Amino acid sequence: MLWEEMEFHIHSMTEELVAQGMPEPEARAAARRRFGNMTRTSEEARSTWIARWMSDFLQDLRHSFRGMRRDAGFTAFTVLIAGLGIGASSTVFSVVNAMLLRPLPFRDPGGLVYISNGDQYTAIQTEHYSDLRKMNRSFSDMAAWSGFYFPGDKELTGAGEPERLTSVPVTGNLFSVLGVEPAIGRSFTAEESQGKYSAPAAMLLTYGFWQRRFASDPNVVGRTLTLNNRPVTIVGVLPASFDFASIFAPGTPVDVFIPWPLKDTNKPSGNTLKVVGRLKPGATVRSAEAELTVLAQQLERQHPERNFIRPRLMPLAQRVSGRMAPALFVLACAVGAVMLIVCANLSNLQLARLSARQKEIAMRAALGAGRVRLLRQMLTESVALSCCGAVLGLVLAIVGTRELAHLHAFNLPLLQSIRIDGKALLFTLVAAVGSGVLFGVAPAWRVSTLSFSEELQDASRGSSGGRRHAWVRDGLVVSELAFACILLVGAGLLIRSFLRVLEVNPGFQPERAAALRIDPSFRISGFAQQNSFIDDVLHRARSAPGILAAGITDMLPLRDDRSWAVPAVGKVYEKGRAPEAYIRVVSDGYFAAAGIPLRQGREFTEKDRATSEKVVMVNETMARTLWPGENPIGKMIKTDGGRRVIGVVADVRHTALEAASGSEMYLPMRQTGDYAAMQLVVRTALPPDVLARELRTALRPVDPNLPVREFQSFEDLLDKAVSPRRFLVMLLTGFAAFALILASLGIYAVISFSVSQRVQEIGIRMALGASAMDLQSGIVLRTLGLAAVGLGLGMAAARALSSVAGGMLFGVTSGDPATFIAIGTLLTVVAAIAGYIPAWRASRIDPMIALRSN
Amino acid sequence: MGTEKTKSDLLPGTLDMLVLKILLRGHLHGYAIAQLIRQLSDDLLQVEEGSLYPALQRLELNGWIEGEWGLSANNRRARFYKLTADGRKHLAQESARYRKATAAVARIMGFA
Repeated sequence: MLWEEMEFHIHSMTEELVAQGMPEPEARAAARRRFGNMTRTSEEARSTWIARWMSDFLQDLRHSFRGMRRDAGFTAFTVLIAGLGIGASSTVFSVVNAMLLRPLPFRDPGGLVYISNGDQYTAIQTEHYSDLRKMNRSFSDMAAWSGFYFPGDKELTGAGEPERLTSVPVTGNLFSVLGVEPAIGRSFTAEESQGKYSAPAAMLLTYGFWQRRFASDPNVVGRTLTLNNRPVTIVGVLPASFDFASIFAPGTPVDVFIPWPLKDTNKPSGNTLKVVGRLKPGATVRSAEAELTVLAQQLERQHPERNFIRPRLMPLAQRVSGRMAPALFVLACAVGAVMLIVCANLSNLQLARLSARQKEIAMRAALGAGRVRLLRQMLTESVALSCCGAVLGLVLAIVGTRELAHLHAFNLPLLQSIRIDGKALLFTLVAAVGSGVLFGVAPAWRVSTLSFSEELQDASRGSSGGRRHAWVRDGLVVSELAFACILLVGAGLLIRSFLRVLEVNPGFQPERAAALRIDPSFRISGFAQQNSFIDDVLHRARSAPGILAAGITDMLPLRDDRSWAVPAVGKVYEKGRAPEAYIRVVSDGYFAAAGIPLRQGREFTEKDRATSEKVVMVNETMARTLWPGENPIGKMIKTDGGRRVIGVVADVRHTALEAASGSEMYLPMRQTGDYAAMQLVVRTALPPDVLARELRTALRPVDPNLPVREFQSFEDLLDKAVSPRRFLVMLLTGFAAFALILASLGIYAVISFSVSQRVQEIGIRMALGASAMDLQSGIVLRTLGLAAVGLGLGMAAARALSSVAGGMLFGVTSGDPATFIAIGTLLTVVAAIAGYIPAWRASRIDPMIALRSN
Repeated sequence: MGTEKTKSDLLPGTLDMLVLKILLRGHLHGYAIAQLIRQLSDDLLQVEEGSLYPALQRLELNGWIEGEWGLSANNRRARFYKLTADGRKHLAQESARYRKATAAVARIMGFA
């Protein structure tokens, strides 16, 4: 710009010289000579403003640091508060960033779509998947994994300590559809994807398992391991960035991937596949859903023998972390409120400090500092302070995110990918500068409107000066209280919900119950072998010391699930409308071990065997659903070749503590082979490590290779189920506590400041005979007045906001009076205490000293 | 340039005032400002380009003048400056101050 301007100047000079008769090249050279060094000129010109800006800035900065040193207490406090606030904000931002903002670690994740069946959770039958994949025109490809894998499905024996592995069966193209290349080796071949379900030929290791079990040995590819007594060849290792578990199955680490045999008829049938598709360019989720819906109707007509199919599509990212969005929104709002409180608090502190510095500033103004210049200086000071705070905050955020990322017990997607990245750094910087400006604006504005001559003349009878601007400080305290109130009410409602969730009767007794995966490492052929194994295990487990009850189940509550349609005999249902029930296959003794009470009829016994009548037990909900108003005992169901109901047990909250249990049906393990796992459940008086040892000793004769590492206490199951809620409650309670402390400090600061400004007045009053009581009650009343305004505003806002977040509450209404009253009382008490301390101090002022001071 | 005139440095601070005064005539670019100062002073005052542009930046920074890109008489892009209201005020103050100062100097020197 400037350069062009100067070029124009030279050009004009040249033209003039040419007009005077000089040849052009010479004229140009002469003009340049006369103009002199353009670079230097331009630098000089530019420096007139840059230099001034810089020198002003550096001067302000020097000044700020000098001030910080002089006022170390204030500085430390400010940096600490700003640091805590910024640290909390950056941590929450990193969580939001990892779960919502950052794209999934796949190639072009925007084009990936999750396809479910009817509702969000139901999977799709393999045959439907194969047909849809062939017929559709919206997707460049589809892939799937089996939703019905269970933790510890495969037993690794042979080399090293035996271990239960979690394997996920996937279609061979899953990795290419997601755009994930194995770090070593290759993905499954078409041939490997056509094998037998019971005997997969190849497997891919996850990065974590490869590191843990094989110490990252690159030569592991090509080796053969023994899984469930069958040889399986390792064909590749997946990259570290592909964390399947944390994305699709948070809380359950995955060790290996095996091919899902599309053609094998012996694989589990039913709605088993979780399907993803990659949209072709131009196709949208909506258009693809419309196409698949038409195809599905066609398939249902052509294949009435198959399960129903109603494709429902949603972007994969939404499927992975969509359910976290409201909670994260609440967290983000909470941390925003905390930041505002921090700013209000610091603003107040700055204002208080300002009144001590009025003379200094007035002097400066008298020496020629303009208003704008003073304003800038104040802002530079506050931004410098908040940036120092940001350094502390960053350290806190790095520690905080690392802690969060290692919370394996938490059932949250993408938790492991939480970290401070470039975006989070940028956010921290913006938060630092933004909060610095925000909390500096009130003091800066105040400085620029001070009437300096008055200040200089003022003979330090400070009472009048402070009074005029008291409303700014009062306003700040009121807003602090209001925000703290909102946060406390939010945290209070969530804590109440959390407690209500914990109070929920899960239908089983988690205390002192634990489960151990005991699938035999040999192949079971026939009922006789299976049942003698069951007899043997139960007999030995029950006779082990400290075991009160033992039974076997295939599904652990709050973890695994599957459901069937269960029509009752003698009733007519529309096609596809028969009641659904969750299926658990259990042995005798399971109900006692898990603590599920029997309501009616009898339990399974050892005598319910393959040869006896086929029986079934149901829960209360199922009894009500299938036979409303009738006695369910002795009734028949059509499912599984027809079974007779012999007993009714209490409902178990199997999917989530917050959700009603739905219909549940129990099949006796000795009468069926249709289960995927054997979990030995014991009720015990022993501590877990002793229990593991005792059980290992007791069960060694049955199966010497039994891995007992994976002990699962029922309390852990419960813990994991409530972990997302606890995560939110923990963070929000932390923020609310921080807000409460800040708000009480704010009240304290404002009241003590007003007391310190009135020392003389108080002295006079006391000299004139005012009692300590009078003084105290006056000051406390003023405090409570401020608190009342803050509370009123805060409560109104909290009431309005809490109804928005109603979806996250459980067992309490968004206007829960108990919470509002409790928070109101808490804040009033805290405010009263914060106001009483300076009041008490004021009442102990010695009138003589007070009058003599100044 | 054949003949060098005796170099007449401007009194410090006067360049700003002169530029402001010249700009009373309307929108002008840097070259025109330099030319006008020379012509109006009968070639006595030569504005150094090295000080003109920093001065223009300074004046603009203070809000006394405003620059704007436009086309010169022979259709080249040039930056034209105009006086702002603040600039007018400043010019009035400066000329009053300058008049007093020169009058004082003149009295002492016995010119008047």
